[in-house]
Amino acid sequence: MTAEVVRVRVPERTIRHDVRAVKIVLHRELLRFVSDRTRILSSLVQPVLWLLVLGTGLSALVPSGPGGVDLRTFMFPGILAMTVMFTAMFSAASIVWDREFGFLREMLVAPVSRASIVVGKCLGGALVATAQGVVILAMAGLVGVPYSPSLLLSLVAMMLLGSFAITAFGVALAAGIKNMQSFFGLMQMAMMPMLFLSGALFPLSSLPAWLGLLTRINPLTYAVDPMRQLVFAHLRVDPRVEAAFNPGVTWGDWRVPVGVEVVMVVVMAFALLGLAILRFRRTE
Amino acid sequence: MTTPAISVRGLAKRYGAVEAVKGVDFEVRQGEVFGFLGPNGAGKTTTISMLCTLANPTGGSATVAGFDVVTRRDDVRRNIGLVFQDPTVDGYLTAAQNLRFHAELYSVPKDVVEPRMRQVLEMVGLQDRRDDRVDTYSGGMKRRLEIARGLLHSPRVLFLDEPTVGLDPQTRSAIWGYINELRRTEDITIFLTTHYMEEAEHADRIAIIDHGEIVVIDTPQALKASVGEDRVRIQSDDDAAAIAALKERFGIEAAVSEGQVSFSVPAGEEFVPRLFAELGVPIRAVHVARPSLDDVFMSYTGSTIRDAEASSGMAEFMRAMARR
Repeated sequence: MTAEVVRVRVPERTIRHDVRAVKIVLHRELLRFVSDRTRILSSLVQPVLWLLVLGTGLSALVPSGPGGVDLRTFMFPGILAMTVMFTAMFSAASIVWDREFGFLREMLVAPVSRASIVVGKCLGGALVATAQGVVILAMAGLVGVPYSPSLLLSLVAMMLLGSFAITAFGVALAAGIKNMQSFFGLMQMAMMPMLFLSGALFPLSSLPAWLGLLTRINPLTYAVDPMRQLVFAHLRVDPRVEAAFNPGVTWGDWRVPVGVEVVMVVVMAFALLGLAILRFRRTE
Repeated sequence: MTTPAISVRGLAKRYGAVEAVKGVDFEVRQGEVFGFLGPNGAGKTTTISMLCTLANPTGGSATVAGFDVVTRRDDVRRNIGLVFQDPTVDGYLTAAQNLRFHAELYSVPKDVVEPRMRQVLEMVGLQDRRDDRVDTYSGGMKRRLEIARGLLHSPRVLFLDEPTVGLDPQTRSAIWGYINELRRTEDITIFLTTHYMEEAEHADRIAIIDHGEIVVIDTPQALKASVGEDRVRIQSDDDAAAIAALKERFGIEAAVSEGQVSFSVPAGEEFVPRLFAELGVPIRAVHVARPSLDDVFMSYTGSTIRDAEASSGMAEFMRAMARR
């Protein structure tokens, strides 16, 4: 062997050090995503199925007269939200995977804060999910959503924010779970009702009172609605049709403005991130 | 006197009603190869977890590289390398990507990352496979990569939890080759656990741990000398009668282990003819051996390490829980 040994001195922990840790955890998420082609493909099949098959099938039931709107156009922002949500949850699930296969210990024994691991994971999940969303976004023209740069950019921004919040939610959930099966069970249990009650797949107008209440409690509603508002702002639709398809979210008589909805999602994202970090700090 | 690499006082860990580690004390000197020998479930992995800041002790205290494992966690983490018993490398990434991940997590200065990576990869013979995905590696290659990764940031104390378990003989001896090379080339203290007697021989000192307690600490040579006597194992037609006869005629305490009656006598070879003449129980086979670490273990704990493992299913379960 060579006589000279390269020696490394590990410096004391500083903020810069934690930033480096965030970056590498994020980088790993991206590397893993790119190397897993099956995952990319399978997570694209579902939204395409919803949008082009189910959407087309159901739109036969909804008459779209003059000034009307294609059901698929209505569903588009919902499908975007759904894609992003599921991809983000899968990213969060990788924490459980890492625990099961030991890699989590490699991160936990390193001289970095738990927070930087969680933040890196959430940013990685958000980026990966948004990348998937962008692929769906590219299909906008197929369902009558215009390719307006401002619309596309604001949708991407909304997807980033929403997926960050959902990854944080997933990581907080995953922090206490030891195996993949229970995580997916729990995830299904949480995701499906959230999705159905969010207005992603059908308009929230004229729902029975109890269902209307649930949709207003559902956090996802406030991530989906701004996306729909953005899309409808770029469409020419008869006001009565718009009222039916894009009713917005109302509290009593007050229609919650998009700005408030976005602030709510931001607050939720940080609260969930904080929760995830707290749950991760605990040592046996 | 320099500060010890590891210093442990009354360290204990309790999981619910089970005491996995019952207040152990020991010191590891700098530059030493220190072995923790015990059956599965004796508390070895739990002790390592506490020393590596992965589990909080429920009693006592410990310092590693001079830092307390509870109050100075980050300082401990900066100074230790850890090679786990089961693989913790990311199979989706290449070896080089795994090492780079590690270098970033430990904030290894950018200009030394590449030369140090090359060095550790060359040491474990994986330099030419560095850009292959780890899920194409064999179990032995993964373990070698883990060792390379554990060394990447030049830790002052390297923890190896059962570094050779489940590996083929060649990889096992290769890993001992690395350990011997490390103690020559790097300024490093090595703490390892094993339940293989023949491996404990490589350590400068060993602590025998059983049921969460340290039974004895010494060099392998001194431990073997302390047993002193030769081990005699016999197969007889009637073990119970043979044990009774040994007690009655020779005043020897014998026990059955692994299906054989075994006992110690000062001069085994001269004892065998007397045994045949006077025992009065038919003997089918006799085996006489100089003391080994197996015998050391037997004489300090009252059972062989394999028997101890056979009866520790519950302890094994607890350990699996603890590792989560």
